[in-house]
Amino acid sequence: MSALRPDLAIIAREVRAGTRVLDVGCGDGQLMAALRDTKNVDARGLELNAHDVATSVSRGLSVIQGDADTDLAEYPDGSFDYAILSQTLQTTKRPDLVLDHLVRIGREAFVSFPNFAQWRIRFAHMFGGRMPVTKQLPHLWYDTPNIHHVTIDDFRSLLHERNIEIEGQWFLSGNKPRADRFANLLAQHAVFKLRPK
Amino acid sequence: MALLMQEDTRFGLDKKARLLGPVRLDSGAEFAPVDIAYETYGALNADKSNAILICHALTGDQYVASTHPMTGKDGWWTRMVGAGKPIDPARHCIISINVMGSCMGSSGPASIDPTTGAAYAMAFPVITIPDMVRAQALLLDHLGIETLEAVVGGSMGGMQALSWAALYPERVKSAVVIASTARHSAQNIAFHEVGRQAIMADPRWNNGAYYGHEAPSSGLAVARMAAHITYLSEAGLTEKFGRRLQNRDAKSFGFDADFQVESYLRYQGLSFVDRFDANSYLYITRAMDYFDLAEPHDGVLAKAFAGTKTRFCLISFDSDWLYPTAESRRIVHALNAAGAAVSFVELSSPFGHDAFLLEAPEMNRIVDGFLRAGEPS
Repeated sequence: MSALRPDLAIIAREVRAGTRVLDVGCGDGQLMAALRDTKNVDARGLELNAHDVATSVSRGLSVIQGDADTDLAEYPDGSFDYAILSQTLQTTKRPDLVLDHLVRIGREAFVSFPNFAQWRIRFAHMFGGRMPVTKQLPHLWYDTPNIHHVTIDDFRSLLHERNIEIEGQWFLSGNKPRADRFANLLAQHAVFKLRPK
Repeated sequence: MALLMQEDTRFGLDKKARLLGPVRLDSGAEFAPVDIAYETYGALNADKSNAILICHALTGDQYVASTHPMTGKDGWWTRMVGAGKPIDPARHCIISINVMGSCMGSSGPASIDPTTGAAYAMAFPVITIPDMVRAQALLLDHLGIETLEAVVGGSMGGMQALSWAALYPERVKSAVVIASTARHSAQNIAFHEVGRQAIMADPRWNNGAYYGHEAPSSGLAVARMAAHITYLSEAGLTEKFGRRLQNRDAKSFGFDADFQVESYLRYQGLSFVDRFDANSYLYITRAMDYFDLAEPHDGVLAKAFAGTKTRFCLISFDSDWLYPTAESRRIVHALNAAGAAVSFVELSSPFGHDAFLLEAPEMNRIVDGFLRAGEPS
């Protein structure tokens, strides 16, 4: 299996062995397969794309085709040790409600997203005067799946408002971890571990 | 072991067995004797862990992957079952059973009632989907198969697969439910009632006592025509027939089959009556209409699967309006609530309900991966 995406590698490292995990927006099931194979995790997935669901199921994973915006309400409270949302928050219609569901369904939650306040994006916006198109966010404004861009500071303020506690946070520039200092300006990606207060 | 199994006369093509005990029916009655017609492909492995039961749809039969004795056509699911297919006799011991109430060798209304020496006709008890499954379980006892690696079915076959998982959770390791539902809707019942009324309105039906005389084939053909429409989609019909005329350049201003779609439906109806018994059609449609897996659980479907260890895989098709995706989702939600390991995907197809019987590479990929995940690597 190819190496995990850096944000997924962080999540895979932090998840305790033998736990129950719901991966929301699980894609082709890479993280779930890694958790199952290396940590004996009972992983379940939710994914919008039918082809990705088919790939996940053909890997022997339990994945349901569905939409984070509408289908998370069906999951009972505390039914998983972890609820994971990687690179999906910015594609949802109501990220705030999705976040509420994550910390309700999972006793803990992991959320990762691209940071829209990273300096390259700020520069592109400031000097280009156009919606930024970068390696991390390669889509044009009219066909991007990323309908709710978010920055690290925006996310922290939402957590505060929703009474959600940060248990851990990791930042990435390219594929490399970087310090917390000036993360909102310097980090391309953020991974947060959360729990309700 | 494989050689031994081949010598075991219980296994092979075109088999029939009389069940040892009576079948306890949902109606409260006990029914005996019950004959069950079935086929097996492939050999049971040493620890008897590779048995897969294929459940057929309303007008299907046990000839899943072998030539149909009446029509001479290939089996009805050779795209899913066979060498190199997801369900493969090289790996699996495949069992397909003609449901009780049908007419391809299993006990049904056309069978002889030993107490009268004549066909049961309407004296055959009204049965349910769970009743069919109970009879299948007795047949597996006869075959010495305790647990199934998988129960697989589309449409009514999916209802049986769900019932298997609900009735015998410890005997079913996994269930594949395709283009199916956990209950018949008012619309489903309504279409079936049209079919039944067509049969019963045929004077030859004679309250079911037509055996030895002419069968109510006009009524049965109309029933099949009406049902067949529900197996297709509007887009599929439009693509296949549009408003094209059948072997003529202009409308006839009469009631011949002017349109290709009329001709097609008439053919579907006529070819069906050669291979199917009208009373079986009444009994099996009734069983499907009575089907509501949540009913014995105060209407809470999740309770039907409480504590289940069975793995589930559900597949629906976006153009299926007979058992639309919403019905599969309802099952998925119930299984989620029960904490079951469940996978679900809606596949895209222009062919409506019948899509599960047609070429669907994505469906095969999913079923293959799902089954392999439950097998020792």
